[in-house]
Amino acid sequence: TGRLPNGRHAGSKPRLMLMGQKRSGKSSISSVVFHKMPPSETLYLETTTAIQSRSLHSFMDFQVAELPGHLDYFNPEFDQASIFGDIGALIWVIDAQDEYLDAINQLNSTIIYLSTTYPAINIEIFVHKVDGLSEDYKNDTFRDIIQRVQDELSDAGYENPPVSFYQTSIYNHTIFEAISKVIQKLIPQLPALESLLNSLCSSCRIEKAFLFDIPSKIYVATDTSPTDTSSYEVCSDYIDVIVDLEEIYGWDRSVENGYPMEERDETGNGDSESLVTMEKKGHNYLYLKEINRYLALICLMGEDSPAEKKVLIDYNVGVFQEAIEKIFPRNDR
Amino acid sequence: MERSKRQKQRKVLLMGRSGAGKSSMRSIIFSNYVAKDVRRLGATVDVEHSNIRFMGNLMLNLWDCGGQDSFVESYLSNQRSHVFTSVAVMIFVFDISSREAAADMLSFASTIRALYEFSPSSKIFVLIHKMDLVPADQKARVFQQKAIDVRTTCEDEGFQSQQVDFWATSIWDQSLYKAWTQVIYFLVPNASAIEDMLRRLANLLDARELILYERTTCLVVTHITRDAEQRNPYNDRFERISSILKTHKHSMAKHTGTMASEVSFAELQIKTGDFMFFITRLTENTNLAVVMPSDEASFNAARVNVQLARREFSHLDIVEKKGKDAQRQ
Ligand SMILES: Nc1nc2c(ncn2[C@@H]2O[C@H](COP(=O)(O)OP(=O)(O)OP(=O)(O)O)[C@@H](O)[C@H]2O)c(=O)[nH]1
Ligand SMILES: Nc1nc2c(ncn2[C@@H]2O[C@H](COP(=O)(O)OP(=O)(O)O)[C@@H](O)[C@H]2O)c(=O)[nH]1
Ligand SMILES: [Mg+2]
Repeated sequence: TGRLPNGRHAGSKPRLMLMGQKRSGKSSISSVVFHKMPPSETLYLETTTAIQSRSLHSFMDFQVAELPGHLDYFNPEFDQASIFGDIGALIWVIDAQDEYLDAINQLNSTIIYLSTTYPAINIEIFVHKVDGLSEDYKNDTFRDIIQRVQDELSDAGYENPPVSFYQTSIYNHTIFEAISKVIQKLIPQLPALESLLNSLCSSCRIEKAFLFDIPSKIYVATDTSPTDTSSYEVCSDYIDVIVDLEEIYGWDRSVENGYPMEERDETGNGDSESLVTMEKKGHNYLYLKEINRYLALICLMGEDSPAEKKVLIDYNVGVFQEAIEKIFPRNDR
Repeated sequence: MERSKRQKQRKVLLMGRSGAGKSSMRSIIFSNYVAKDVRRLGATVDVEHSNIRFMGNLMLNLWDCGGQDSFVESYLSNQRSHVFTSVAVMIFVFDISSREAAADMLSFASTIRALYEFSPSSKIFVLIHKMDLVPADQKARVFQQKAIDVRTTCEDEGFQSQQVDFWATSIWDQSLYKAWTQVIYFLVPNASAIEDMLRRLANLLDARELILYERTTCLVVTHITRDAEQRNPYNDRFERISSILKTHKHSMAKHTGTMASEVSFAELQIKTGDFMFFITRLTENTNLAVVMPSDEASFNAARVNVQLARREFSHLDIVEKKGKDAQRQ
């Protein structure tokens, strides 16, 4: 359900706020997801000391801000309205490899404060750095954190606070998937997108369809059939293949000593189409179509031959593309 | 039996001190490991042999020689002729982050002394490895300095300078593919015949570029670049595509729950307003990537023509022999 963020700038720019203790991984998350930093380079990030806010130009402009762990934001001198007033989602990062009791206490008081003062903010809890943990330990930790948060909140009289939990790591797809889900809640058009994707899937017998934001590899929507991580991963990896090959062969041929086309940065020119068919029977094949400069439709198809239903796909994807242009009218073609 | 007679066995030694990264690179190139998996590898005990069939009639006979001092001593003494006889190529790996540079160089010198004794006409590829650990602004200088030192040693031991090539590598980027592509190109017995046929095919298709990839390793065998594409500013594109293809293969394998060696696409195609691209199987062991202008009709014609060219190429893959081989000896 796409709840509209409340506050002064409601509807203009969905805003994400990353909070959590020092070294919990806030800057790493924002650098890896929104600035394509390789995860191993986050080792050299400096601790965040001031509120940092970055705007992202993508299918819809959103803002990501970081609040350093040591700031006492409940201090009356702190301009809370300007900080919390227009955020859509608060992402609280907990380092699962570290002692987390203090973090949970801080988190709980923040939740209690926010759910009375700014009740429309979604609270998203990332149990982070789970890559270093064994499967069992990881799940125990996750359960323990959920338990502690819920117990304390219900003791304080908050029965169903708007809180969700995710296990994340910057070393794999989990962080992208979690951020995708967080952002989807902030997109008012989500139900419309989902129903468009559903009808595309049924008319072309597509198994799973994702609408991706190409630069960030966040998925904006998917059809409402169950989503498994594996489908998300293979589609997200496929974007890299296309973006890289487009960069290599999309250089500007009109100029001597060709140069990569400038204005389109790494996102192609918004009309590419791609298909991968597999040799073995029973393996899915992949279909990708850029919808506009930022959005790409990526589908996992069943076994039947793509050649035969290409016309059907082309037609239905054309319809889909037109509908998207109506939903997101601002579009840099 | 008939077939094996035509196969060309080429012995390749992979040497260097323990921990230099030999098995890491072998696992990535030939065994479908990804860079972060190599931490699982233990030190190699003695020699690990692998046979890799390449382009139909090239059989690569790779000797990954464990680099701990006691093993090296034995290669140089009681196993000396066994190890160093009939070597086509020696790949020697230096760890640029090693704290024992002097000992590394001594070990190198005694190794190539043995090589010169038994295979004086062999080719040496020196890989200056783990370059990811050198800060970007120092890479060029550090590499040059090391290359100069190693070259001096080679010449002292009797090797001509054209027998020794140097490459900076790291498992964390495509430089590894670049270096190994050179090794393979040197070894493929019929490279010039393949190139002639590819050039004709490229003319027929009016393609901008053709790239021939070995299927399992995704290494470039050779490429033909025509007309305007020669100005393509991405000079590292061949090895970048190797690395893209390999990553894609891993991704598909993970998704289908199979081994990376078992997944392969029938075709991958991309159509944009600037270019059209497809890659598909050409022979049993190769994939052909074709880059075309953005024109639907010639793109479709090219796909058909590549299908038709398969038979001609598969021919070459197996029976091509003698004449051309002799040139590359
Ligand atoms: N930073 C960095 N580390 C690397 C690279 N290549 C390999 N390594 C690491 O180097 C270590 C040793 O690698 P191996 O491949 O087992 O070394 P080896 O040369 O086969 O050693 P022996 O079998 O004992 O002769 C491993 O921990 C690898 O992770 C590289 O390009 N960069
Ligand atoms: N193992 C692991 N380490 C992480 C992960 N995310 C961040 N880190 C490391 O945690 C440290 C602190 O991260 P940083 O983003 O600077 O924390 P911040 O103070 O909350 O902004 C860095 O050394 C990161 O490399 C993760 O998912 N897994
Ligand atoms: Mg080894």
